[in-house]
Amino acid sequence: MSIEIKNISKSFGSFSALNNISLKIENGELISLLGPSGSGKTTLLRVIAGMESPDPNPDSHVLFFGEDVANKPVGDRKVGFVFQHYALFKHMSVFENIAFGLRVRPRSQRPSENAIRDKVHSLLSLIQLEGFGSRFPKQLSGGQRQRVALARALAIEPQVLLLDEPFGALDAKVRKGLRDWLRGLHDELNTTTILVTHDQEEALEVSDRVVVMNQAKIEQVGAPADVFHHPASEFVIDFLGNVNVFHGRINQGQAVLDTIRVGLSDPNVPDGEQANVYVRPNDMSIARNSMSQASMAAKVTRINRAGVQAKINLILDNQEEIRVDITMEQLLELDLQLDDAVFVHPNKARVFVPDYTI
Amino acid sequence: MSTNTKGIKIGQQDPTWVRFLVISISIAFVALMLVLPLGVVFWEAFRKGVSAYLDSFQDRNAIRAIYMTCLAAGIAVPLNLVFGIAASWAIAKFNFRGKSLLIALIDLPFAISPVISGLVYILVFGMQGWLGKWLEGYGIQVIFAVPGIVLATIFVTFPFVARELIPLMQEQGSEEEWAAISLGANGWQTFWRVTLPNIKWGVLYGVLLCNARAMGEFGAVSVVSSNIRGGTNTLPLHIDALYNDYNSVAAFAMASILALLGVITLIGKTLLERKLQQETSSSLESSTTEESK
Amino acid sequence: MGYTLLYLSLIVLIPLAALFLKAATMDGAEFYATITSKRVLAAYRLTFGASFIAACINTVFGAVVAWSIVRYRFAGRQLLDAIIDLPFAMPTAVSGIALMAIYGPNGLIGKHLLPYGIKTAISPLGIVIALTFIGLPFVVRTLQPALEELDGEAEQAAASLGASRWQTFWRIIVPSLLPSLLTGFTLAFARALGEYGSVVFVAGNLPMKTEIASLLIISKLDDADVPGASAIAAVMLVATLLILLSVQGIQWWSQRRTGRA
Repeated sequence: MSIEIKNISKSFGSFSALNNISLKIENGELISLLGPSGSGKTTLLRVIAGMESPDPNPDSHVLFFGEDVANKPVGDRKVGFVFQHYALFKHMSVFENIAFGLRVRPRSQRPSENAIRDKVHSLLSLIQLEGFGSRFPKQLSGGQRQRVALARALAIEPQVLLLDEPFGALDAKVRKGLRDWLRGLHDELNTTTILVTHDQEEALEVSDRVVVMNQAKIEQVGAPADVFHHPASEFVIDFLGNVNVFHGRINQGQAVLDTIRVGLSDPNVPDGEQANVYVRPNDMSIARNSMSQASMAAKVTRINRAGVQAKINLILDNQEEIRVDITMEQLLELDLQLDDAVFVHPNKARVFVPDYTI
Repeated sequence: MSTNTKGIKIGQQDPTWVRFLVISISIAFVALMLVLPLGVVFWEAFRKGVSAYLDSFQDRNAIRAIYMTCLAAGIAVPLNLVFGIAASWAIAKFNFRGKSLLIALIDLPFAISPVISGLVYILVFGMQGWLGKWLEGYGIQVIFAVPGIVLATIFVTFPFVARELIPLMQEQGSEEEWAAISLGANGWQTFWRVTLPNIKWGVLYGVLLCNARAMGEFGAVSVVSSNIRGGTNTLPLHIDALYNDYNSVAAFAMASILALLGVITLIGKTLLERKLQQETSSSLESSTTEESK
Repeated sequence: MGYTLLYLSLIVLIPLAALFLKAATMDGAEFYATITSKRVLAAYRLTFGASFIAACINTVFGAVVAWSIVRYRFAGRQLLDAIIDLPFAMPTAVSGIALMAIYGPNGLIGKHLLPYGIKTAISPLGIVIALTFIGLPFVVRTLQPALEELDGEAEQAAASLGASRWQTFWRIIVPSLLPSLLTGFTLAFARALGEYGSVVFVAGNLPMKTEIASLLIISKLDDADVPGASAIAAVMLVATLLILLSVQGIQWWSQRRTGRA
């Protein structure tokens, strides 16, 4: 089911949680709302669910398959909501938790006892917890509880699944496992799914598209590869992955950092403007001498070999600290030691000029 | 209630003689101030033997007093229970203007002297009171009659259930209720199936205390009753009357029932407190991270 | 919500309003004369004085008891902990006659002290004893959570820096407990001010000598002097409210100081 959000704003007192947000979500896609705390992602999710109402505005709409749901209370929207802290009904068994949505239906729409039992059992095997029906939430681990919460939401055959930081309260390893499992589940069921998370690795790994949010606004929407490699703003490049930032100035259509020149896609930026040059750690090289390339002098302060790549911390002449990731082979070739004086050089850079869109 | 596991290590940092002294003083003080009065009630009641004890219950006035007490409690407790649940629900799950005022008002009967509580009822419902005159026209007498006793009892026991449930429901949050609503449950279903089971121990605790106070209330009902024996005397008032007649065995015999009620309340309270603590610590666990998938 | 408000208004608001309105029907001079008559002033002095002393006793001994329960382990500790609430659970009239049976002229303890000229009943001393009984749980129950929350590490740090146990106690523990002590004291004080049932038997109710304010109100009612009773009650009510406000004030002040309640 496709969802369209038009011109939605929401404030709590003087705090603006959503500022004129518009977004279209395609039928059957798994889309993440990614951003730091306070960016508005959970508020947006709750507005879609019907748990919060947007600020009144004749141009604001929330449309499910083209139908305006403004007057539909949350119980009528057929959304499956999964909470960060599970919100399982403590005093009911796993079976009763999952069956809940079916049991509270008005008599005319309520399935028979047998139908309920079959549905719950098929969901239990979907979440790989067959036989757990008679257990109680406090007897389950965090990952198991979250799967039950998901099954409970799926039982009502929702049009859209809304997941509010579902793995936030779990250990890293469990989180990764559940993430893969969720993606597999989505591929099988194809329910439109909206996932709220502050974990960028999660968003990039699991989604069809990512919506990067910051301070009540949408920074960028796109496929994970797009937002990572073609960030639309300083916030996006800074938020996703590690990045080094250098401060230089614009001169004759180029960003200038000491001896380094970075070409700009828009040559009309006025001279003298401040240029923020962003370079990812693995887009930099280290060399023993400056050679013919424009480069910066730096001193090695830390070598971290624990990981797939070697992470080198360096300090520039102007006391700025940077990080460069190189392969183990490159590390061996260079034979780097602490306090070595070397030269660093960016292979790829992205320039942002504050207050000026390039 | 304290279950401080740190206490063992820290306590041993105090010199032994200090510990000995402090513990002895505590036990002595409590024994003198609390245990002794409790024991005295039963001792005095049985002073003239068991048969004298049992005789006091044959008195018609005694039976009537017991009946009045049960009536007042029987009305006050359920009414305050419903109110308590409604108010806590409103306070814990919603935000509205005047919320703090509501909370302060709920605590009010707790703080006011019972005599003043009784007095205000006379002012409203007494013969010269606002509503008193109006009700008299309908032949309803409130003060110096049964309705007055019931009303005064409701007033003084009013906060108990609410005070217990408000922090409990606030702590539990409303996520489970939101989950239920998102799954299609209506308000009533959500309340019965989700909210109520979560607060059942708190409700029991509140009811227990409410009942103890309702049955034992003295000051407020003293003021609004006519102290006519066999008429509007509750058990505490009857005890007062017997005592003033120097009929001490009967007075203490009646008192022993209430003392027994007090002890039962105390035991029930202690058990329920443990139960409540267990519930809060297990719900805390659900928000911490786990090991296995 | 509607049900809540309706119930609340009927049961609480209207009666309270009536009290103040009735007191207001007396004209200013009459009101003043009533609340400052000798008998009434004596009752105030007695009530406030005895409540204050009882609250002080409870603060000291209550702290001792709370400390034992939280910090030490000994046989019967849990029983002690449970019994603290006895004054809450016991009807006041029962406590009243029990106290009289102990401290009265023929009472268990009273009769031994009488020859020494110590009257533990029909005297202000008896009143103080009764009010101590009634206020004990307040101090203990207010201190217990505060004691449990005390950071053992701060004490261990002090010890490691060379402080003696006594110094640690006075310089570190007592300051952090001060807000709770004050709150407990204030609650015990407020409760004692309004107490009736447990006091009225032991006091003997001699006007000008052992007549507490609550009893005076009832006497006035027996004399059908409703306005007079209301006047006295209004003064007591205002005092109680002021005391309760100061409890809130203490908690607010301590929250500002330490960043937590």
